[in-house]
Parts: sequence; structure tokens; C-alpha cells
Amino acid sequence: MEYEAVIGLETHVQLKTKSKMWCGCANEFGAPPNTNVCPVCLGLPGVLPVPNEEALRLTALAGLLLQGDIPRFAKFDRKNYFYPDMPKNYQITQYDQPSTINGQVEFELDGRLTRVRLTRAHLEEDVGKNFHFDRSSGVDFNRAGVPLLEIVSEPDLTSADMAYAYLNALKDILIYGGISDCDMEKGMVRCDVNVSVRPKGQKELGQKIEIKNMNSFSGARKALEYEIPRQIEVLQKGGKLVQETRRWNDVAGITESMRTKEMAHDYRYFPEPDLLPMVPTDAWLAEVRQRVVELPLARKQRFMRQYQLPVADAETFVNDVPLGSYYESIVAQTKSPKSVANWVINNLRAKLTETQTTLADLKFPATAIPELVGLVESGQISSKTAQEVFAETFATGESPAQVVQKKGLLQVSDTGAIEKFCDEAIAANPKSVEDFRAGKGAALNFLKGQVMKLSKGKANPARAGEILEQKLKG
Amino acid sequence: MLNRLTLTEVSAQLAQRKVSAREVMQACLDQIHRVDPKIHAFLSVNPEDALAQAEAADKARQPDATATHRPLLGVPIAIKDVLAVKNQPLSCGSKILGRYVSPYDATVIEKLKAAGAVVFGRLNMDEFAMGSSTENSAFIATRNPWDASRIPGGSSGGSAAAVVADECIASLGSDTGGSVRQPAALCGCVGLKPTYGRVSRYGLVAFASSLDQIGPLGKTVKDAALVLEAISGYDVRDATSIQQDVPAYAQTLNGDIKGLKLGLPKEYFVGGIDPEVNQAVRVAIQQLEKLGAELVEISLPHTDYAIATYYIIATAEASANLARFDGIRYGQRVAGADPIALYCQTRGAGFGPEVKRRILLGTYVLSSGYHDAYYLRAQKVRTLIRQDFLKAFEQVDLMVTPTMPTPAFKIGEKVDDPLQMYLSDIFTISCNLAGICGLSLPCGFSQNPKLPIGLQLLGKPLGEGILLNAAQAYEQSTAWHREKPVLG
Repeated sequence: MEYEAVIGLETHVQLKTKSKMWCGCANEFGAPPNTNVCPVCLGLPGVLPVPNEEALRLTALAGLLLQGDIPRFAKFDRKNYFYPDMPKNYQITQYDQPSTINGQVEFELDGRLTRVRLTRAHLEEDVGKNFHFDRSSGVDFNRAGVPLLEIVSEPDLTSADMAYAYLNALKDILIYGGISDCDMEKGMVRCDVNVSVRPKGQKELGQKIEIKNMNSFSGARKALEYEIPRQIEVLQKGGKLVQETRRWNDVAGITESMRTKEMAHDYRYFPEPDLLPMVPTDAWLAEVRQRVVELPLARKQRFMRQYQLPVADAETFVNDVPLGSYYESIVAQTKSPKSVANWVINNLRAKLTETQTTLADLKFPATAIPELVGLVESGQISSKTAQEVFAETFATGESPAQVVQKKGLLQVSDTGAIEKFCDEAIAANPKSVEDFRAGKGAALNFLKGQVMKLSKGKANPARAGEILEQKLKG
Repeated sequence: MLNRLTLTEVSAQLAQRKVSAREVMQACLDQIHRVDPKIHAFLSVNPEDALAQAEAADKARQPDATATHRPLLGVPIAIKDVLAVKNQPLSCGSKILGRYVSPYDATVIEKLKAAGAVVFGRLNMDEFAMGSSTENSAFIATRNPWDASRIPGGSSGGSAAAVVADECIASLGSDTGGSVRQPAALCGCVGLKPTYGRVSRYGLVAFASSLDQIGPLGKTVKDAALVLEAISGYDVRDATSIQQDVPAYAQTLNGDIKGLKLGLPKEYFVGGIDPEVNQAVRVAIQQLEKLGAELVEISLPHTDYAIATYYIIATAEASANLARFDGIRYGQRVAGADPIALYCQTRGAGFGPEVKRRILLGTYVLSSGYHDAYYLRAQKVRTLIRQDFLKAFEQVDLMVTPTMPTPAFKIGEKVDDPLQMYLSDIFTISCNLAGICGLSLPCGFSQNPKLPIGLQLLGKPLGEGILLNAAQAYEQSTAWHREKPVLG
């Protein structure tokens, strides 16, 4: 019998705020243990939480970017359980009325547009981090109270690869929107997986098994690559799966049982009485909406469509947002968007890297690159000369036309002038003329080279070739 | 005997430089030394710190300033052990906090300090404010200054006893279901529970977050008004505090209540009230009528459900609020083989029976399968109770009721009967559920023994001004507030 997997993902990302969710402590990675702490995030007796406005805005913005809805009423709840890394022994989260609902993530998988629906994205607080030493344990509360967005997908995923692609697409969107830096190494993204298997064609879902403790996307993929065949094997051997929570053991490359349904926590959720419900106003939402940016996939598709760019160029502009934006700011001035893209991607980017400068440091005007492309395409300078001109423009800020004029680099396309050089070259090289007439095509290139030499490189090479050929054949 | 003065009187004498803050503070310390071994209102006092604050207040006094300029400057105000005061012990009447010292000031403490008050002492209370007699203190039972064999009420029993025994000029308590008003009534002083959100809760160790408010206890209505004025106001650190300016409560007291519509909730005047309490309250109501108030009978139909509703919501919130006392980060720890064992040992040893009872109740009513039948239903009933009040307040300006059905009972009389104890709050609890303001003030005494009786006034949300004005009108037309207990 053939089986299929049904997968849902719960992804936690730390929001990109300056301070923590309920207090003014810095939201910062890497500080010495227990230095970014205060009575509020330590849960000392008597303290109260006050919501971080920016975290509320980023949550709504994430909802919009993920094409979800922002309910007109949302609230915080307490989720009760004891754990040493939890200062209050309850986590403030959103239970039944989260700040965003619905939505979707679109991405390309094996060249096909794929869509995973979202259930919700809700705001909660991060917990501290336990450390175990030889004979004792310690807790670092620097992370406690950092705003965390939990994005819950529908069970729309069917494979480990799809889960991996989804997670990466989600990450790109969140980085793009300025929601989170999604730095995996700093623990800014964590995910839990819900997976079940069922015989293909069967409607009812199999026993849902949750896997925790993946600290990277590839970890999530590996866990699924292990867990899906494991579940299928159990069923094929006539065994039964029970609803449980399993832990991914990255070292061993296996999942291990953590607790079964009977041992599941009763979190005893109830509305957080220390916080008022959130009732977003039109004005507030409009302000958030202004921060909505174009998503990576949409941007890529638009660059390909609007400017007729190949995939590679469009992807470059999606991955390097400032470069893409610069391109968009100058492309209207040209009839050759592809050539302008080449100049921006190949030459400009190289120069920036070489000089360790950024687009903000550019000395030349926005018109420069389209102008340069124009000079080449109208035959006024050669591509080779253009490189020289660009280097000068980049260094001095002078426009390409100014550079060409100053250095006398204008290409000679005037037939009369080129004819003169051709005649001289023919007269001076009878041997080559003979070779050409004897059918040696290479001789023409030699003569062309002589024309370029005589013209000090300014003759239009294409035009010179044409005229030489005419004269020799004539 | 400077400690016997009211806040208003102390303030005037300090302003006229007839006395120094140091002398007033010293008088209070002397009184504590003399009577507290019998009353047990205080868990601890730091005399050096208190005197240093008093001296600083004397230095800070501007030469030509009047009492109305900084009325609390140099006035000793004692603090219930549930409020965080920087560098002072904070135990909430419990063993579980061990030798915990707060590293920060509650907002009300900051405000009192800014007003120049001498913030001193840790006042005894029922453990985590859970109780009506202060017998649930893990340390000692506070005595009623009128009769040392009787309870002072609770949970702010220390706050009321200290004011009545003249061990301080005024005090702060907290009121979740009557914990300021009920001991004020039983000890014979003024106690006010402000509208929910009027006073910041930042630094108040939470019992039931949606019901808790900090309130002043004082010797007169004006004293309470002066303290309320100082501690009220919006606080960025408390998301539930109300963004509304604080009126000059004390200055607007004018004693005029002509035409004031005073509601008598019929559900509060049924059986079960002690005859002497009933009589005193009836006479007080007549007095209010004489002063020009118009009496209106009103109905609060959901009154019967108040206690059950309260004990579901308050315990549910408490079960989460008290979860942080786990022995991991602060307070007393009893070791265990693993975290779970450590929690169980620590909490088993650190919490008293009433706190455990309420944590269990609260955990139960939130449990999966019971949540909807208990917690959710209680929330709905709470809304109905609030609507009862708001509807009644369309007809009346204030309500008047007894504060407590009986005078102070004997120590030990109800400790083994939690339900009877819970009924002590029957007249005060709805006020917290509705989020409105309420006040208790003396309205007479029982005969044998002589024990204070309290009159409760209930006001609209943010109606503290009207509430205080009516209370002061009554107070000034009677002499009850001048009566003092004889302290051995």
C-alpha cells in the first residue's frame, strides 16, 4: 500500500524590535548571561507587563505580508506550565483570539508555484535558556520576554522537501518585511512539526505526532525524512501509532518519544488580566499597511515580466534589494533594460565590492548608466571603451558623455574617415591583402587591427570590417 | 502624642513648623514599641531608615510652604507587606519569599516618596492577601486594637490596626474583595478601595489581577482623600491603569450632599446581619438623609452569585499569579531531585493552607473540561453583576450598605470554616467584581464588648470625589471617628 504524509508546521521567529515584549530591556543576542534583565522580565513579585507597540505593529505587518486578516479584536492569554526557564511559570501568548488569522505562503517547488495556507500568526513571549553544568544548572534570562511570533500552517505540506522550501520562503518574506532577522544561528527561528501518515486516497488523518527540538530548517527536513518512513513502517508492519510528542535527536539522527497524549500538559489558558484586549483602529492599521513591501516571489516575477530580465538577473535583484531598487530607479531612462541590468549587476556591483562602498556613496548621477548604454548602442563608443569610461565615471562622478569628450574617446563611425585608414592599411600590408584574396579570412582581422591602430582605437570596428571587406572584394 | 493626630492635623503642624517630621516619626516608633508587642500590626520596622527619611523631609521643607503645598511631606505612612519598597523586605505574609528584599519601588511608593511621605514598616496581612482576619499570616495574628482577643479583619489587618492604634498616621492596604474596607470597618477607621485602574498596581504583588486595587487607610475621610490623591493616576507600567487626570480630592470636600441620590440595595438589607450592625447602619442612613441625601431603594439582582463568582475568578487568577513562587529565582527553596520535586517541596513547605486551598481551587476551575462550566460562566456572571451596578447608578449617585455583617469575631472562631470566613466579604466583594469604588467609615459601636461598626459607601467608576464628599459630610456630623481604643 502507498502512504502519504500530512504535515503542518509551527514556526517561531523572534521579532526585530529594539526592546523586549513587556519591558525596556534590550532585545539583543550574545550579551553576557542575565545582563539584559529587569524586574519585569525576571517575573519578580509585583511586576506587570506593558506591550511593546512595535511588536504589535510587526505582528500585524507580518499578517498582511502573509496575506492574512487582522481581526478587530485580539487578546493575550496566560498559558500555565512550570519550567525553570519561565520566570512567571506562565507564558503570555494568544490562545483563541490571535492578532492575525488566515494567510498563505507562496513559493516555487521544483519549478512549480506552490501554496501553503496559514491558520494564524500569534504573538507571545520567549522564555529563558537553561544551561547544565557538572553539578548544577543555570538559567540565562536575557532571552526571556523577547517578542516571538508563532506562525501556524495548515496541514498542507506533503514532504520533507516541501517543508524545507516552505520554511525558506517564509524566512525570506519575514526578512524582506523587516519582521525578523531570522538568524538561525542566534536561535531567532525555531520550528515544531506535526506529521501523520495515511494510506493514499484515505480521507481521515492518521495519528498526529509532534516533533520538537529542531533548531534549523535542515534539521526539520532531516527529522521529517526520518519520521515519515518510520511511521509508514510501523503501519506496514501492522503496528499502531499513538498521538505523542517526539524529540528530534540531531546527533543520532532519530526522533525519540517525549510524552504521549495522556501525559500532555493541561495549559489552563485564560485571558491575561494584566493586559487590555487589542482593538486596532483604522488609522493604526493604515500606518502598518504603509510598511507593506513587495514579497520576494512577486518581485522576481515582476522583474522578469516588466523588464524582460532572465531568471538569474531577477533573482539577483530580489536577493540584493538595494541593488534592485537602484536598478528600478534608473531603468526608465533606457530602451535597453537588459543592458542596464548587465551594467548594474556586472560592473557597478563589482566596483562597489572593490571599493567597499555602497549605493549611498555613488558619486555619479542616476542618468550615468543609461547614458553609457546609449553611447555603446548608438556606436559612439565601443564596449571596451565603455569599461574605461565607467571606471572614470565611478571614480569622479563625471557623466559618461563628459568623460568621452574629455578624453577624446568618441568612436569614429564616419565612413570617409574610416575609408582613409582602410586605404592606408591596405597599402601598407600587400601580403595580407593577398592572403585574404587567397581565401584566408583571418587576414581581414589583421587588417582590421591595423585600422584600429591607425585610428588610435576610435574607429568603429564593425564599420571598419565592412569597409575593408568592400574594398578588398571590390 | 503626635502619633495620635490625624494626617490633616500633622500636616498642618509640620507646615507651621510647630513640630518636625522627625518628632512625628519618633512618636510613631515609640507607640509601636509600646503597643505593637500586643497588636502585632507590623512584621518589621526599620527605625533608622524611617528617621532618616523624616529628617530628609524636614530639610526639604520650603520656608514659606503651606500644608496644601505638599500635604504628605514628612508624614509617616506604613505599608502593607504586599507592596514592593526598594531595599525593604517583601514577604506578603508568607514564608515562601524567605528573606526576599525588593529591588524596586511600587509606583504608589514612588509617588508617596515623591510627595515627601516617610514610607516605613511592613504591615501584617493574610498570606498573599487571602483571608478576612489576618489569621492567615504565616508569621502572627494581628489583634484588634479594641479587643486583643479579636481579629482586626483582613487581609489588610495590619494596615487597619496600625492606624487605629496610632502606630502610624495613615497606611496603604490592598483590596481584592474587601481587604481594605473590611478591616477598616472592624478596627474603626476609614478605608477606601479606588476604582479599578485609578491606582497603578505596579509593585503590588498580585493576588487576583482583575480585582486588586491599592487603597489608603486613614483616621479621617480627608486623610484618605489626601493619600488617594498622591497615589492615583495613569502609569505607563500598568496597562490597566486609567488615563484620566486626578482631581484634587481633599480640596473639593465641602460637606454638602443636598440632593444626593443615595441607593439602598435591597439585597443587602436581608437577614444575617447582626442586630447592632443593622441598627447602627440604619441610624447612619437616617443621618445621611438629614444631611440632605435622598434615599432610593434599588436592586442588584445578581448579588447572590457574587461570592461564588468571586471565588472562581480570584482563585483562577491567583493560581497563575502565585506560580512564580517556585524556589528557582528567589525566596525560600527546598531542594528536590529534579525541578518538579523542587517545586513541590518548595511550595509545599512555603505556602500556608488557605493559599494552597485557593491555588487548588483556581487550578481546578481552569482545568480542561471544567473551564467552561466554572471560569467562563463566572466571567459571564461577573459581567451581569457589573451591569447591575451600572444600571443602578443611572438612578443614584452612591449606594450605602453595611461593610461587614458583624463586628470583629474572635481569633480562631472561623479558621476551621473557610466558607463562613468567605461570607465575611459578602458586602464588599461585588464592588471589586464591578470595578467600582467603595469606602468604609465608622458609624457606631456594638455595646458589649465595644467594637467598631463600619458603613460602606459605593461609588460610580471614577466617582471617588462624590464618594469622599458624602463620607466626609457624614463623618463631620458624627463623632465616631474621634473614638480611640484604650491600649493597655
